[in-house]
Amino acid sequence: MGRYIIKKLLISIPVMFGIMLTTFFLLNVIPGDPIALMMKDHISVDVVARVRAQMHLDDPVFIRFFRFLGGALHGDFGISYKLNRPVSYLLATAFPNTLALALSAALVSWIIGIPAGILSAVKRYSLVDNFFMGFSVLGVSMPVFWTGLLFQYIFSLKLHLLPVAGFKGPLYLIMPAIVLGWSSAGTIARLTRSSLLEVMRNDYIRTARAKGLREIAVVVRHALKNSMLPVVTVMALQVSGLLSGAVITESVFGIPGVGRIAVNAIQNRDMPLLQGSVVLTTFLVIIGNLTADIVYSWLDPRIRYGNPEGKK
Amino acid sequence: MSDLTLGPEVAQTLPEPVWKEIVAAFARNRLAVVGLGILLIVAFVALAAPLLAPYDPYKVKLGEQFLNPSWNHPIGTDMFGRDVFSRILYGTRISLLIGLVPTLISMTIGVILGLVSGYFGRRVDFLIMMLADMVLSFPSLLLAMIVMYTLGASLLNIFIALSAVGWAGTARVVRAQTLALKNKEFIEASRAIGTKDIAIMLKHILPNCLPQLLVLFTLNIPDSILSEASLSFLGIGAQPPAASWGLMVAGGREFLFNAPWVAIAPGIAILITVLAFNFLGDGLRDALDPYLKS
Amino acid sequence: MSDTQGDTRRETAGLLEIQGLKTQFRTRRGVVPAVDDVSVSVGRGEVVGIVGESGCGKSVTSLSLLGLVTHPGKVVGGSALFDGVDLLTLDNKGIRAIRGRDISMIFQEPMTSLNPVYTVGQQVSECLRSHASGVSRKAARASVEEMFEMVGIPEPRARLDAWPHQLSGGLRQRVMIAMALICKPKLLIADEPTTALDVTIEAQILALMKDLRRDTGTAIMLISHNLGVIAETCDRVYVMYAGRVMEEAEVFELFDSPTHPYTRGLLASMPRIGGERGPRKPLYSIRGNVPDMQQLPKGCRFAPRCDFAMARCVESEPPLLDASHATGNPGGKPHLSRCWLAEASGAGGQQ
Repeated sequence: MGRYIIKKLLISIPVMFGIMLTTFFLLNVIPGDPIALMMKDHISVDVVARVRAQMHLDDPVFIRFFRFLGGALHGDFGISYKLNRPVSYLLATAFPNTLALALSAALVSWIIGIPAGILSAVKRYSLVDNFFMGFSVLGVSMPVFWTGLLFQYIFSLKLHLLPVAGFKGPLYLIMPAIVLGWSSAGTIARLTRSSLLEVMRNDYIRTARAKGLREIAVVVRHALKNSMLPVVTVMALQVSGLLSGAVITESVFGIPGVGRIAVNAIQNRDMPLLQGSVVLTTFLVIIGNLTADIVYSWLDPRIRYGNPEGKK
Repeated sequence: MSDLTLGPEVAQTLPEPVWKEIVAAFARNRLAVVGLGILLIVAFVALAAPLLAPYDPYKVKLGEQFLNPSWNHPIGTDMFGRDVFSRILYGTRISLLIGLVPTLISMTIGVILGLVSGYFGRRVDFLIMMLADMVLSFPSLLLAMIVMYTLGASLLNIFIALSAVGWAGTARVVRAQTLALKNKEFIEASRAIGTKDIAIMLKHILPNCLPQLLVLFTLNIPDSILSEASLSFLGIGAQPPAASWGLMVAGGREFLFNAPWVAIAPGIAILITVLAFNFLGDGLRDALDPYLKS
Repeated sequence: MSDTQGDTRRETAGLLEIQGLKTQFRTRRGVVPAVDDVSVSVGRGEVVGIVGESGCGKSVTSLSLLGLVTHPGKVVGGSALFDGVDLLTLDNKGIRAIRGRDISMIFQEPMTSLNPVYTVGQQVSECLRSHASGVSRKAARASVEEMFEMVGIPEPRARLDAWPHQLSGGLRQRVMIAMALICKPKLLIADEPTTALDVTIEAQILALMKDLRRDTGTAIMLISHNLGVIAETCDRVYVMYAGRVMEEAEVFELFDSPTHPYTRGLLASMPRIGGERGPRKPLYSIRGNVPDMQQLPKGCRFAPRCDFAMARCVESEPPLLDASHATGNPGGKPHLSRCWLAEASGAGGQQ
């Protein structure tokens, strides 16, 4: 098991390097002068030149890349053009908000998605199944920003139950978490259902029934653990989906998180800030994938204790 | 999704698709048929938008802002006095184009890379899969956002951004299928009589991937549509005054309380279109199921 | 003779009496009568074989008994008296109490019949603990270890904590047998228990089952397509074809004087060393294919493939006829054959 995880860990290093390379070059090949763009016409040419030199923008691009890489390893992503503060500071302030949003949304998606998927699979083709699957495909199909506005309209503007936007306490997190969680709940419910149905066709389920176990014990003890393997994989992919969704949700609900920083950075053409938020986000995705791999190997003894058959 | 990705150990040479049976299985799925019907209507609307729309979608009428829905304006007017219904009809054009073109481009890239990766293996495979891992590690919206930052916000650039983002999943599926097929007897036989690699890939391996690709294509389209809508909503996609549904929702946002239809209605259009594609994709997957797994 | 004493185990009232069992699968293309009016009886301590080609309904027969037929299959008729209780009329709770305790099953694929995410010890003790309330974890563990030893698993204590993927096919099947026997059932249903195993392992497992029958008195219903396995293990045999019982006889009688052309075909297609068939003669094989279960012939289901088919066979299906006269062994154990030839050559008489 240790070797399996170390292998996964080693693979993620070049991936992370590649991501930084891609991000850097995509963001640094832009024609035009970011400093001139930023300062508009207010400042004379030699001031621009001085600032450029200060920021080492005249160095060859690969030297700048390695400087960026070296800084990033220390958590230094430079200074924001627009806000004139260290990117790392800005990200560190915003990150807890994004984390709170993503985690509560993930929680919502599991609490709704997994039981919905199980019930749908156990009561296949029933009314319950149809209801949950309709709910799921709706979640997958609704544009997150639109659902957000709809919720704001109904629950804040009309019913006055929850604050429209902002981020001043747990109450402010309820709507964003549900909006964001619903979309991944759909994916999880659909996957849990299909995975469970698949597992229920296995011979060992027949064995469990032939033992005289109650149907609920058959499902919970023998089917669920196996069927959760692909679901765990999707939870990892979910990290990426949740962070994408967080960008939008934060914008809709005015949550000062990493996603909103990235959107603002694009609008302000604030390259270091955008670069920093992208690297942070992808880093989180990779961590999510690794976590999933660890959980996966912990759930599956064939990985935990080596797999003689797997070597064919 | 991931249940489409066959491990090399499960995939075998699949039976020849029997189109009659597939069509019959598809036709039994009511939701899928409804989805197809909706999409035909949407496609028709996109083609005939100038004939169907009661007003010019771009015409600003300053005296007629925020008119309530009425017989003259079925979904009212927006902050510039433009007819929301006409704009939604025109919006089908952007959404369908965005749904089809970048998906087609990115899947073509994915198919080529997947075939090469699986067929040649070794270093090429390692490199391509590393690249795919990388792309998949980016939250797709964020990667598209970086590309938009570099290229600048415009509709054309969304095509490029989405094409660059979407290939990795396809490449993985095609690679798995290629790996499963390349050592089968009929491929070995073909190689033995001197068929060129490229011909083997195109004539023998690719056709075996088609059922999966068809399903993947149908299910990738709504993702592209949603991505465009999201980017445009965030202000880094289509630019005003384009009749893009995402942009329309963003524009109506500030007036949510007094004129909710401006923001809500275009969202319903997105929802219906995306839902229809999902129904269609699910139906296709169920109908093609015997040819996806063996 | 000593009929009543030496052979009481087999002669007492039947443990299981299946009468007219019918199980159907309703598919989109029509109804498949997988088991069609099948009657099988198993005496206490008896080993009964059910033999037939794949798809003849032999597995479905056994799954029907325990209510393990899954959608779209359904038991639609018949009865199955087990110790006087009709299994087919029991509710979920009733049949659950029987599964694994009074009747247990082992299956063809020991690789896939064990759950990969639990140790084999856990899986065997689960069976015990679900039927005997109040058995402590520790006591259950001890019983499982004992059982492992009994079914010939080396190092039983260490093996308790092994995962299924760490064991060989033969060991896994021993685990399945241990699981099946842990509650001391009255009947063990073994569905192709050795088909997935090597020949040497097959011999070991069959020997184990015979030993267990001798030591515990458990009756066994052995389902197999392999006549060799049946011949080696069983007391009595039912031959099934296309959802029907075609012939029923004591094992020696069946092999020495088969009356049904299908049974004869099966026996003739078995490779033998030094048999009547010289090495130069090609191995016999029954012509044609298993019939489409949705378009069964009107008469005898075997008629289209039968070398002896007469006009009558195509017209009407024979019932199970007493064939004991035809074999020159009248008055012995019942020998029934679903063939008009049995009637023509013997005195007739319908069962």
